[in-house]
Amino acid sequence: MAQLTTRQKLEILADAAKYDASCASSGTTKRDSRGGKGIGSTEGMGICHAYAPDGRCISLLKILLTNSCIFDCHYCINRRSSDVRRARFTAREVVDLTLNFYRRNYIEGLFLSSGIIRSSDYTMEQMVEVARSLRQDHHFRGYIHLKTIPDADPALLHQAGLHADRLSINVELPTESGLKRLAPEKDGGRIEGAMRHLRSEIEDGQDARRKYKSAPRFAPAGQSTQMIIGADAADDRAIIARASSLYDRHRLRRVYYSAFSPIPSPSAVLPLRRPPLMREHRLYQSDWMIRFYGYDAGEIAAATDAATGCLPLDIDPKLAWALNHRATFPVDVNRAPREALLRVPGLGVRAVDRILLSRRHRRLRLDDVARLTTSIRKLRPFLIAADWRPLALADCADLRARLAPPAQQLDLFT
Amino acid sequence: MHRVLLTAPDDIDGWRASARQLATQGVDPADIVWQVGDAPDDLFGNIDLEQAATPAAFSVPRAFLDLAESAILHRDPQRFALLYALLVQLRARPGLMQDRADPLLRRVAALAKAVRRDIHKMRAFVRFREMKADGASRFVAWFEPDHHIVRANAGFFVRRFASMHWSILTPEISIHWDSQTLSEGPGAQRSDAPDGDPVEALWQGYYAAIFNPARLKTGAMLSEMPKKYWRNLPEAVLIPDLIAGAQAREAVMIARRPTLPKTQDDSAT
Repeated sequence: MAQLTTRQKLEILADAAKYDASCASSGTTKRDSRGGKGIGSTEGMGICHAYAPDGRCISLLKILLTNSCIFDCHYCINRRSSDVRRARFTAREVVDLTLNFYRRNYIEGLFLSSGIIRSSDYTMEQMVEVARSLRQDHHFRGYIHLKTIPDADPALLHQAGLHADRLSINVELPTESGLKRLAPEKDGGRIEGAMRHLRSEIEDGQDARRKYKSAPRFAPAGQSTQMIIGADAADDRAIIARASSLYDRHRLRRVYYSAFSPIPSPSAVLPLRRPPLMREHRLYQSDWMIRFYGYDAGEIAAATDAATGCLPLDIDPKLAWALNHRATFPVDVNRAPREALLRVPGLGVRAVDRILLSRRHRRLRLDDVARLTTSIRKLRPFLIAADWRPLALADCADLRARLAPPAQQLDLFT
Repeated sequence: MHRVLLTAPDDIDGWRASARQLATQGVDPADIVWQVGDAPDDLFGNIDLEQAATPAAFSVPRAFLDLAESAILHRDPQRFALLYALLVQLRARPGLMQDRADPLLRRVAALAKAVRRDIHKMRAFVRFREMKADGASRFVAWFEPDHHIVRANAGFFVRRFASMHWSILTPEISIHWDSQTLSEGPGAQRSDAPDGDPVEALWQGYYAAIFNPARLKTGAMLSEMPKKYWRNLPEAVLIPDLIAGAQAREAVMIARRPTLPKTQDDSAT
């Protein structure tokens, strides 16, 4: 086979990496390259340097070190039985690409993952070498996210955490039975064991930093994980419960969802149709409700359809919850506590905070609320304002129909 | 009628000094003409601000200063007057900054928001091209901001690219960094910047490959990367073809015959 050019390798190894949903580059320590010989900075909020036509942000150079793999996970384009073209970068090539892209302001940093070659330790060593070289040889101060391999030696995971801002380990599938069927060589117990280990390393690192300012940082942007949606039979209720338990037990920064999407060279075990992208979107909305709006996983489960166990696709889960709990509404925009306002469909966290500040200075009328929010139409049935009181919600049999967006043209592929 | 001459469109210090003095004197917002540059038009004659020896001190909330620092960079010629009107109201109503339903505050907040977005988009969409001369590299970018943000945004590029030599050229102003000092120059033209960089081909290859054709969502892309930015983004020339090819590519994947799992022995590693 002819030697691949850098561009050909990059195209193969980026194509293989795009099924990882995370592109976050936020939430790490603040640093810059003034007064040093290095390059790069992180200032809290990550930057999306471009957007692809799939609407996703491009913040990091997201690539695999190699797409060869000794595993045969059915949902994965890189499984050993797939007939995709294989490529492999050297650590040096990844370092050069990262720096060349960074200097031109294309990216915030690197998200490096890899297929497993030879052994978990061998692969992890190569990935750690990329991060080490960037940090130590080139004094790179940008963002580094390493996808870690659960079976790798804890000493290697430790090295990874000293160089990377974020580490992640994918749980892959929401249920243990799904993992057994679709990723038979992976072990759910070992995956969670590695997450537990990372949590304690991260917490030890934070502890040490509190005592000694000079203590090394360990993965200051924490750890995250990803689940594939729609490749197994897990319903949204099961997915939300799993995510919630992962958040609680491993202190994850984020759980990412990736709607299974058709891949070249699919395995015969998989569904050929993708789940609607809207399903992934609704799960992300429920994730936000838990993290920022004060709902617990059980309450979100109450918004799912009793028969299918899934969140409605035509309306968002917050509206679905409200329609199932009509007695809670309307709430008085001039009196209600923050927690109650956060549950009003259509009111975001920032709008609620603006309402709380503004109402100290005036009795809010519907016009005032309209100025503080994006759409008053959706809010009106749920709010009482100085000049507005809606009909009791229980009396509006057609409320859902009025608030749901109009039906859209059918997607060609669903 | 008072005329205030500001030295530059982003002259926050000049605006603050004048606004403080005018507000102390109780000057009505309607009686002030705010003007940038040293060539006043003669519509009102040249009436300068009376110099008060020591303007009485008064304090404003931090939130007002933060808002003013952003809003003053907006290209709207009314921005100086709107901020002054807000300052006058704020002296009468100290809690005003919290009343986000107030129409004037909302209008000024909208200016500040547009400026902050412009600043953020400049950090995102500046694309440097490498120029080599005498063995040394300089990274040069051409960028067209919507507002007067370049000077205010320079610090970000200094912090991030401290060891590089770089220039950002814009129609109104140019900024240059030589790894030690930041300097300013006059506005430039697109043709003053390099017209290519070999690394752009790699970046385009990456952009096309990281795109997932099974998830076409052009609306989401356009809301964050509107077309007005495309002409200065090397990757954007690919967008029309990627969109056109997307649905055809997904159909091919679905039509393709599935492969059966192999045993571990016959895999090449």
